[in-house]
Amino acid sequence: MSTAGSRIASFLGGAAARFGKVPWREIREEAFDRAVLVLKAACFVHVVNTYVVGIAFVRGPSMLPTINLTGDVVAVERVSPRWGSLAVGDVVILLSPENPRKTVAKRVLGLEGDAVTFLIDPARGSASQTVVVPGGHVWVQGDNIYSSRDSRQFGPVPYGLIQGRAFCKVWPPEAVGLIGQKL
Amino acid sequence: MGTLNPLWFFMKKSMTVALFGITISDRYATVYSLTGTSMSPTFTTSSPGFPGYLKGISFVKAIQAKNDQMFIGYVKRNLSKLIRRMITGDIVLVEKFCLEKYKFSRGDVIAFKSPSDHKREFVKRLIALPGDSMQIPDTSDILKIPEGHCWVEGDNKEFSLDSRHFGPIPLGLVQGRVTHIIWPPQRISKVERKVAMERVRST
Repeated sequence: MSTAGSRIASFLGGAAARFGKVPWREIREEAFDRAVLVLKAACFVHVVNTYVVGIAFVRGPSMLPTINLTGDVVAVERVSPRWGSLAVGDVVILLSPENPRKTVAKRVLGLEGDAVTFLIDPARGSASQTVVVPGGHVWVQGDNIYSSRDSRQFGPVPYGLIQGRAFCKVWPPEAVGLIGQKL
Repeated sequence: MGTLNPLWFFMKKSMTVALFGITISDRYATVYSLTGTSMSPTFTTSSPGFPGYLKGISFVKAIQAKNDQMFIGYVKRNLSKLIRRMITGDIVLVEKFCLEKYKFSRGDVIAFKSPSDHKREFVKRLIALPGDSMQIPDTSDILKIPEGHCWVEGDNKEFSLDSRHFGPIPLGLVQGRVTHIIWPPQRISKVERKVAMERVRST
């Protein structure tokens, strides 16, 4: 029993000595450098995603046939809205004016000052209405006018809600291609 | 090689600082230099009319008001001018954590993009949240705030361009919540919530 005890004691003593020999300072410095690198990478991703280009997963029936019902992944560029160089026919990603936590994809049909004519209820008859888009706003509509909540329901939306322009589909592979300016 | 290294090092460091600064300013908290009289006495600023300029980029967005107009300006990177401009108006801390769930309280002071010009930002007090019924000022009409929208008003009624002119604004335009005044030192304080109990009925 004493030999077991003395073996344990010598093991613990050796462990303490080995513990002291571990290069803690170097490990700490390297861990810190790696953490900073990870943070830098995360910030870089944020900056690119917010100011240059990002991707978004868009689904729902409102943009058929341009965007699939089950969902397509689109590339969204952030430069045009910031520069104010959106054009009629662009597909934009915007925060919904009915729920700021929801992002929706719609097509711009009118810029500020334009007069937009639309069918009030396309499923029933062809009564139409014309609206002039106020300053600082845009008129957005889904390509699938039978199944889309858009400016026909919630009116022209302020330009500041637009998050980016969807210019290209990137997934699924069979859907890859530029998104056109259908007018 | 020897002279290139410190330059490269300096550029790398400033790139890192810029990345961190931009990310923190976009996601967590940022600093605004206010101008304009639409929120006095909550915020005090210099008399309107000093130019806020759009040259270069700095850490501080300068919001300038001329009577009923407010524009965004980026302050020149000239340090003495920066200090002179900063000294003339309140500097406030704007937090962005509230944008996670778009959760605000009535009476908060918020910063939002103008609905008539996305390049301008206003700072006003949130009076009513979606679903509230409120009495429109100076009338006896009751308005129900549509879902996803809110009603904002400046504290200084006569000099404020707010929801009384452009109606309720979508919450998606909100860019942050003003929590503290951090300059000048004698005005360092928390920005208090002021609820207009008599005009707003929540549902």
